[in-house]
Amino acid sequence: MSNTPVIKLKGISKSFGEVKANQNVDLEIMEGEILSILGENGSGKTTLMNMIAGIYYPDEGEIFIKGKKVTIASPKDAFANKIGMIHQHFKLVDVFTAADNVILGEEMPRYSIAKEYRAAKEKYNASQKKAKDFCVFALRTIALPFIKLGKKIAFNHLSGARAKSLQPIADKYGFKIKLTKKIYDMSVSEKQTVEIIKVLYRGVDILILDEPTAVLTPQEIKTLFAVLREMKKDGKSIVIITHKLNEVMEISDRVAVLRKGEHIATVKTSETNEKALADMMVGKKLDLNIDRKDPVDPKVRLEVRNLTVLNSDGLKAIDDVSFDINGGEILGIAGISGNGQKELLEGIAGLQKKESGDIIFHNPKKDKPVTFFHKTLRKIKKMAEEGFFHDPDGKKWDFKGLSNKEITRLVNEEKVLFYEDEIIDLRHRTPREIQELGIKLSFVPEDRLNMGLVGNMSIIDNMALRSYRKGKSVFVNKKRPKNLADKIIDELEVVTPSDMTPVRRLSGGNVQKVLVGREISSSPKVLMAAYPVRGLDINSSYLIYNLLNQQKEKNVAVVYVGEDLDVLLGLCDRILVLCGGKVSGIVDARKVTKEEVGLLMTRHSDNTEVNDD
Amino acid sequence: MTNESKSGRERLLHITKREFSQKWKAYAVRAVAFLLAILICGIVSTILTKKSMGRFFYDLFDGAFGTERRLWDLFHNTALLLLVALAVTPAFKMKFWNIGAEGQVLMGALACSACIQYFGKTLSDGALIPVMLLASMAGGVIWAVIPALFKAKWNTNETLFTLMMNYIATCFTAYCIAVWAPLGSGTLTFKLGHLPEVGNQFLLKILVAVALMVFLFVYLRYSKHGYEINVVGESERTAKYVGINVKKVIIRTMILCGILCGIAGFLLVSGTHHALHKTDTVAGRGFTAILVSWLAKFNPLTMGLTAFLVVFIQKGTGQFSTLSGLGASYPDVMTGIFFIMIISCEFFINYKVVFKKRSKKTEAKIEPPAPEAAPSAEEENVERIETLDQTETGGEE
Repeated sequence: MSNTPVIKLKGISKSFGEVKANQNVDLEIMEGEILSILGENGSGKTTLMNMIAGIYYPDEGEIFIKGKKVTIASPKDAFANKIGMIHQHFKLVDVFTAADNVILGEEMPRYSIAKEYRAAKEKYNASQKKAKDFCVFALRTIALPFIKLGKKIAFNHLSGARAKSLQPIADKYGFKIKLTKKIYDMSVSEKQTVEIIKVLYRGVDILILDEPTAVLTPQEIKTLFAVLREMKKDGKSIVIITHKLNEVMEISDRVAVLRKGEHIATVKTSETNEKALADMMVGKKLDLNIDRKDPVDPKVRLEVRNLTVLNSDGLKAIDDVSFDINGGEILGIAGISGNGQKELLEGIAGLQKKESGDIIFHNPKKDKPVTFFHKTLRKIKKMAEEGFFHDPDGKKWDFKGLSNKEITRLVNEEKVLFYEDEIIDLRHRTPREIQELGIKLSFVPEDRLNMGLVGNMSIIDNMALRSYRKGKSVFVNKKRPKNLADKIIDELEVVTPSDMTPVRRLSGGNVQKVLVGREISSSPKVLMAAYPVRGLDINSSYLIYNLLNQQKEKNVAVVYVGEDLDVLLGLCDRILVLCGGKVSGIVDARKVTKEEVGLLMTRHSDNTEVNDD
Repeated sequence: MTNESKSGRERLLHITKREFSQKWKAYAVRAVAFLLAILICGIVSTILTKKSMGRFFYDLFDGAFGTERRLWDLFHNTALLLLVALAVTPAFKMKFWNIGAEGQVLMGALACSACIQYFGKTLSDGALIPVMLLASMAGGVIWAVIPALFKAKWNTNETLFTLMMNYIATCFTAYCIAVWAPLGSGTLTFKLGHLPEVGNQFLLKILVAVALMVFLFVYLRYSKHGYEINVVGESERTAKYVGINVKKVIIRTMILCGILCGIAGFLLVSGTHHALHKTDTVAGRGFTAILVSWLAKFNPLTMGLTAFLVVFIQKGTGQFSTLSGLGASYPDVMTGIFFIMIISCEFFINYKVVFKKRSKKTEAKIEPPAPEAAPSAEEENVERIETLDQTETGGEE
């Protein structure tokens, strides 16, 4: 790392309408360093970098590259200045191979017929102008259009050969990727690799990565960091936009902290610590501990017995898994992503086909009234004969001598109560029935939409997704969703112009708050939250942790699927570790160490590693 | 150096995404497009016939509104077109691209005709008409639900499927006509099963269309079914996640489409033509209706207006063509111009074209001794920022 800045930003400001995304930012990027840009959601990290990459144009301020003032008005200008950016959402053509995506957009060398003609003529003029020379000249002139055509189609037609020509770049930095693979066959991390190779191929010296680790597994992050270090050794400057403190500490040489669009400070990583950075980032002292209470009277809420779930390809994603979920505690699910977390949750929620096994739900109905919600009168009568119900005084109901009408009245007056918790087998229930029993799944996918939210619909309409079926009216009741939307906007501090705004216009973090808020508001009995803090900043994440803890105190059985082991250890009561679709261990989160969980996560991974190579 | 690279690729035209803050502006653009469409129609017509522009406009309005009968006919035709447009709308809202309305209406008409053919002599009109109505609905539903079943079961492409079903319907109708009237001219006329008249021969159909328009508006906007259609259309994954039975919604919605198409077919045979022909009965309304529905952005109430405008152009220019001897295809040409104008105006609603002034003068003004001074003029910067902001909002789409 040398001390000459390759990029120098001076007084950069940018606003979108009323919102000031960046205000008077000064920043220097040194040659051969890894610089982290740290900040919360919406602190202007991405906007700032987009201005260097030519996506936006600054309102005010100047950009200097190697001391020379430049105008970067488009990504093309950025490439001309050897700047390349890898965006959060990859821009790749799905049906192309990795190699073709890399060379896509590359311009063929120009071939001008007029220029070639002039060259040929000069040659002819310089010659002795014999008949033979003229013939050569004439033939060459006639051939020129054909040569041009030939150059145009002289594209390397063998995709394998195209890939081979790119292999040196991949090898140089130690990328493990098959360049002939189609993008749609690739995992997120492979796609990211293709993006990186793409910018390297263009001869980039300054590489900007926008939250590169957000969608990667711990293993993949390690590989990525190794590659980044390799590039640094090669003299390239690397900028990483992130809000994960531990990664900042691990990879970067210096950290630039942004807060609300302003540049707070740039510090050397070796001279700071996580706590100091977090304070700079948030602006106020932050307690990094999650308030975890001991579970009160945990009782089995959901029994999963020998469950096997197939994924969409018909392979066993969950293989003979058994465990219990208790009410009033948070069960964490740890595991490298793609080890069956999604299938397990979707299996429980009825969204995936279950090959075998049972899921038994203990509906906490003891001393609660029976309703006609799921049961017909006949069923209730039959259950009464078997002695399921008691009256408010504790006497057993058998409904002997009562007419149907009277029984209906008693049920509606909530005078028929359960003796014990109701036990329901979920295996053959539809997703809707499972949902209505109070088993809610909020899965935050990588793109945050399309799994539980509809981007083009307003916040209110998205709230109605869960509740619109309620009531006998043929019309959708919009009043309750509106109240709920306003409540969530207020309590979770969702930043939105109004409750009528389409969800797709909100920023990622706010979309998540809407989704998680809705699931929690439905007063679930089992709440499965998968990646609820994916991509959220510290403040918003803690908001979500607190919400989960509140649910736990309300005796809800909470399942939390997360990537960050520190959070899993700090938030959960028990942690179930999944590996290769099997449970490799269920541990007490208060006693276990991070290393032990990490070990469990890779216990059966011998097979998967072979597949990776 | 930077100056060179910039002026090297400076473009005069710049297209950027935009979004109108006020809705009326978007409507104003559409209104201008409509007026331009009529103007172009007028220019084309005067070139073709060497008649004056005034003559064209006189005939245009005279043909549409000139007499009481023409006025009724205008609204009557609007109603028929609107009916078919309404029929395709729920499916479109669900992003199920049903372009088989032509065939679905024709099957409704055929089923209706079959009832007259087989029960006409045994049943009185009072009993026959309900039977015809039900049969029409059944005919439309069968034709609509077959592609829906295939889509739900095997995820076949509904666009091709429904399109092909049109041709089967046409040929099947031709076959039936040939069987029922082996010596006929290809058109089957009926003396029975005529829809009773309310007020005059047009009013009942107009009322039916308006009633169905309001019904569909409420159904799509406020009902639970409409909500489900919207969710399935926007994101099938989310629909599955919240427990909506997507297959059921697809089939249910196509049944509704079939019923509406059946009603349209019934009204065409029993109320309008009293005849059946393989192509003239529906007369391309199944395809025009798709455009009508799209132009109205699938809003049933707006659809009333778009259907009216299309029929207005057809009828008005029809009059002009009759008087000028331009032939039967002339109104189609004019309708085509109308559609092109209205559809292309959407471009100007969604995008903004920014013209850039050549900045030669400003470049010359920059003093060479100030290398760190801003290379570009202030005003140009402002313009660029404007366009970039627009791109920003566009990028979120």
